[in-house]
Amino acid sequence: MNPPDLVADAVVKRFADHVAVDSLSFSVERGSFFSILGPSGCGKTTLLRMIAGFIAPDGGDIAIGGNSMRGVAPNRRPVNMVFQQLALFPMMSVGENVAFGLARRGVSRAERVKRSNAMLERMGLGNAADKRVDELSGGQRQRVAIARSLVLEPTLLLLDEPLGALDLKLREHMKIELKQLQASFGTTFVYITHDQSEALVLSDRVGVMSHGRFEQLGTPQDLYYRPQTPFVAGFVGANNRIAGRMTRADGDIAEITTADGWVVRALKTSPIGMGDAVEAFVRPEVAVLARNESDLPPQHPHHTGQVQSVLFDGANSAVLLQEARTHREFRIALPQTGQFSDLRPQEKVMFSFDPSRAVCFAAP
Amino acid sequence: MPHPRAAIDPRWHGRLTLGLLLAPALLWLGALIILPHIDLAVLSLRERIGPRQYAASLAQYKIFFAEPLYWHVFLRTAVMSVLATLLTLLLAFPIAWIIAKLARGRAGSLLFIICLIPFWVSETVRTLGWMILLRESGVLPALLVKLGITAMPVELLYRDATILVGLVYTSLLFMVVPLVSSLESLDNSLIEAAYDLGAGGFSILRSIVIPHAAPGITAGCIVVFMLTLGNYLTPTLLGGKNSQWFTEQIYTQFITRFNWEQGAAFGFLLLGLSTALVILGLAITGQRFGDVMRRT
Repeated sequence: MNPPDLVADAVVKRFADHVAVDSLSFSVERGSFFSILGPSGCGKTTLLRMIAGFIAPDGGDIAIGGNSMRGVAPNRRPVNMVFQQLALFPMMSVGENVAFGLARRGVSRAERVKRSNAMLERMGLGNAADKRVDELSGGQRQRVAIARSLVLEPTLLLLDEPLGALDLKLREHMKIELKQLQASFGTTFVYITHDQSEALVLSDRVGVMSHGRFEQLGTPQDLYYRPQTPFVAGFVGANNRIAGRMTRADGDIAEITTADGWVVRALKTSPIGMGDAVEAFVRPEVAVLARNESDLPPQHPHHTGQVQSVLFDGANSAVLLQEARTHREFRIALPQTGQFSDLRPQEKVMFSFDPSRAVCFAAP
Repeated sequence: MPHPRAAIDPRWHGRLTLGLLLAPALLWLGALIILPHIDLAVLSLRERIGPRQYAASLAQYKIFFAEPLYWHVFLRTAVMSVLATLLTLLLAFPIAWIIAKLARGRAGSLLFIICLIPFWVSETVRTLGWMILLRESGVLPALLVKLGITAMPVELLYRDATILVGLVYTSLLFMVVPLVSSLESLDNSLIEAAYDLGAGGFSILRSIVIPHAAPGITAGCIVVFMLTLGNYLTPTLLGGKNSQWFTEQIYTQFITRFNWEQGAAFGFLLLGLSTALVILGLAITGQRFGDVMRRT
């Protein structure tokens, strides 16, 4: 097995009034797509800028390709970055942009042109070399920014929310393109984003970051199906959050009673004491909706609710319910069979969910 | 019966408004710049052949080329002005960089004000201040003697270097302002991207910063060059009789010799010189005047 391309060892960065990156350790395997997912202000940009070399860590060490990067300037690191606003050089043509890094390495003009043209060709921008940067579309600029970095064959490619500035349709398209690019080049990608869908779709592994620490580090499936903290459960994918106290334990399944008396059951992920404050999370697609009680699986607890609104969004359609007794909001994904397409607000419905597919945590 | 206001064609109405708004500027341009220049042009193209008798001739221009002192001073003024412009650029660039890129918030405006403060004092008073510092019995020569660098007080006035110092000092702000505005518009991530792609400091300056700031640099240079070339006070006071500045020659012709025809010809030669050098400068740096003026 190859040694990891990136190893962070207890990396710390403090700013005047807070710790931006708090003793973070992780490693990224060669050729993998690693994402750092977190809300704005969680320290992910600081972390990326430390890997690129623009800011120095206060403690710990970052090693790239097996070499410590302590005291190595950004222009000497085997790392290239795709900036959030792309930062293409407007004073140069597309071809000159791509050849810029090669020129700095003293590659001859003929070789530069050959390699940058080959890279543009591979990116599907074969005839764009002589164009000005502002003549390109958003997606083409994106590809030039990536080409400009990849032509240098870096050990690591860092991407700082590169899709943030694009409109939705193009973003979806570029997401697929990025994944295919990474697969075809085999370069190790480190990608930061606040968009959980980007992180889930693109990555081999994702670190969910909050307040300078990784809440959880794992595959997208781990994060989605086996969240380890309430933060991850709430941040990755849609979830119904139900806070209460544990009133009964039945093996791994805890019975949780909310302050206003609603009783639900969910899987314990860590030891929880009787009477402890608990947060349970139920994914919208885990719950089953029915008009008659007899249509629900008999082995799971049944709940009743009233339709508040129907959120039609094609395949992602959902219904927002109010639990009958407590009027708490509960979101359920609608089956794609169109079975409940005639659902109307105020209608009384039943629902249930498998407690072993819902998770609960001791409240932080 | 139509409404009285409908009688005015709206297009005509708009043109009238525009004309009225432009009127003060056009009047100023016409009465104070174009008319006197036409008069000067006529003056420069005639020769006095007897009392109150004049004939059209190119004699004034011929004298300029025939008399070595005149074109010598002319060339000297041009070279010194170019030199002063380049020195001002070299000095102003780091200052503008600090104000635009390194200083944050209030510190930036404070630095800007520090550059501006000397201009609250009249140019004459400022230049006299330099004279107090630099004359033989002044502050700086006395300090040099005290430090043991020179045995006797040295006269620092009336040297070419002194004139240059004075000119650079006077022009600095006019270079700093366009440079700051063009450097401020440079996206920091471009610098970081270049750094990330392997460029060093000099390479970033050459391939990213200077191309971006080129219109600002050119605008600053044009302004400073024109101010320097047309400056009368600073070379005269700091250079004394040695200054040999062309504006001084013009002054002499008009005021001392009362030879308006010759003075007018000199004026046009100076105008031609500044125009030629600005065009040359733009051609060398591959820029267009309109673009430069729009960016400042």
